[in-house]
Amino acid sequence: MTGTPLIEVEDLRIDLDDGSRRVAAAESISFRIDRGETFGLVGESGCGKSITALALIGLLRQPLQIGGGVIRFDGREIQHLSAAAQRDLRGNRIAMIFQEPMTALNPVSPVGRQIAEMFVLHKGKSWREANQLAVEALASVRVPAPERRVNDYPHQLSGGMRQRVMIAIALACGPDLLIADEPTTALDVTVQAEIIELMRNLCAERGTAILMISHDLGLVANVCRRVAVMYAGRIVEERGSADIFRAPSHPYTQGLVDSLPRLGSRAALGRNRLKEIAGVVPAITNFPAGCRFNPRCAQATDICRTVAPEATLLEAGGFVRCHHHA
Amino acid sequence: MKLRANLIIGGALFALAIVVGVLAPWLAHTDPVLDANLMNAEEPPSWTWWFGTDDQGRDIYSRVVYGARVSLTVGIASQLINSVIGVALGLSAGYWGGWWDDFVNALTNVMLAIPSLIFALAIMAVLGPGLTSLLIALGLTNWSFTCRIARASALSLRSQGYVQAATVLGYGDLRIMITQLLPNMLGPIVVIGTLGMGSAVLSEAALSFLGLGVRPPFPSWGSMLSDARDQITTAPWLSVFPGLAIFLTVLGLNLLGDGLRDILDPQSRSRRT
Repeated sequence: MTGTPLIEVEDLRIDLDDGSRRVAAAESISFRIDRGETFGLVGESGCGKSITALALIGLLRQPLQIGGGVIRFDGREIQHLSAAAQRDLRGNRIAMIFQEPMTALNPVSPVGRQIAEMFVLHKGKSWREANQLAVEALASVRVPAPERRVNDYPHQLSGGMRQRVMIAIALACGPDLLIADEPTTALDVTVQAEIIELMRNLCAERGTAILMISHDLGLVANVCRRVAVMYAGRIVEERGSADIFRAPSHPYTQGLVDSLPRLGSRAALGRNRLKEIAGVVPAITNFPAGCRFNPRCAQATDICRTVAPEATLLEAGGFVRCHHHA
Repeated sequence: MKLRANLIIGGALFALAIVVGVLAPWLAHTDPVLDANLMNAEEPPSWTWWFGTDDQGRDIYSRVVYGARVSLTVGIASQLINSVIGVALGLSAGYWGGWWDDFVNALTNVMLAIPSLIFALAIMAVLGPGLTSLLIALGLTNWSFTCRIARASALSLRSQGYVQAATVLGYGDLRIMITQLLPNMLGPIVVIGTLGMGSAVLSEAALSFLGLGVRPPFPSWGSMLSDARDQITTAPWLSVFPGLAIFLTVLGLNLLGDGLRDILDPQSRSRRT
């Protein structure tokens, strides 16, 4: 980790303000991503991972808003930039792909035009040049016969092809950071692997950093060098992805790792049920005091129910937020 | 197959009206204004005078043919103005929401509450009769339905994935509205526009009938009906032919609108299959 990181988030807090009261949907979010690095954000639905991504690209909408903290992109604070300045970053230097390739493309516009529009919008190219670049972009995501495919409408493409087009659009302007929000959830497993591979290769070639958001710890650990695990609006553990599988420190991460099915594990462990984490995620308006995982944690003691644990740095790098970390 | 018939008959009638209007100088037998000859006054329809002649001996057929120009110009142009106003207001209101949406809604409700013909009459009274004021009056008074539909479409399209994706990719608001929202709501807007053209043709006839439209002696279907009022028993052809022209054009536009809706609205398409 040398030089300024590409993106640095410090003590970010995202508030949910419904007019009558204000609760923190996410708080104490801190992480950094270096240039060309792959970073994963894992957690279950509603833990705050997607709104964290939205905060990074300045797209939090009422009733959500940034309640505090700093987001630094390339050494510059961006959380209070004007709408126009943020729009300049979006698509150009920070791009995003979504989980639903079925709906993320405009149904009435040929895909080539949608790619070309990025060049016109952010790079000031003419339409003629942009159309040419669109063919190249489509070729780079390995869509066969790109010069014909640019004229296709989204409904003429398969799910995997559409996600390739999405990647082509996102990477069109050579962004520094690609945010991938559950990029393969809607795809078949085999297509999933191809898309992930493609995304990883393209980003590695171009030095684009990836922030991958997913509920799939296995997938994220596969793609990313470092992983942060979120629970109920806080990052509970951040580690190198190999470490997190080998020796998860936080009880929640342990639970996640134990609940992953593994080939051959049934015979080896002599059981046929997957482990689960007991209980449910607390509601956003009703987070428990102290450590937010305490009602579901087997190791919880009195201090867990009253004092929120601070981040403890680990020797192997990363941190964990637990009073009893292993 | 019924929906195809709508489209074909409607389209054919509308196309016929346009062709007649465009080719009027070649189709007409005489000049609609200047060739008055009292020797031929009030001739019934015959081989010489296809639609008969009026009390000044002018050929009704030629006047109906030229009248198509006025009726269609007013119908198409005023509806275009309506569509542009309605889409601009409705689309921006639905997309932006907030106080702008409240304002546009209030404005639309006011417009819907005032009978549009009365409002058009008021505008005409200020601007005076004539083709231009007719266009303005009808163009400013019939946008509320288009606005309602554009707003509703924008509201539902706003949450579509591709609109959000466009936001994330750094599109500005205006670009999103034009490239993402507008093309996706064009179907219903076109249908409403076609139906609106029909009612604009009728409104033009009504205003011209009241003497507020195109100034005589230049023919428009509405003013021809107005002139023919006194002779409806003695020379019925004076009112029958311009009336028939209005009827067929409006019928054509309505059939066309229906047919387009069947094609463009995915919901009604899936209901039929």
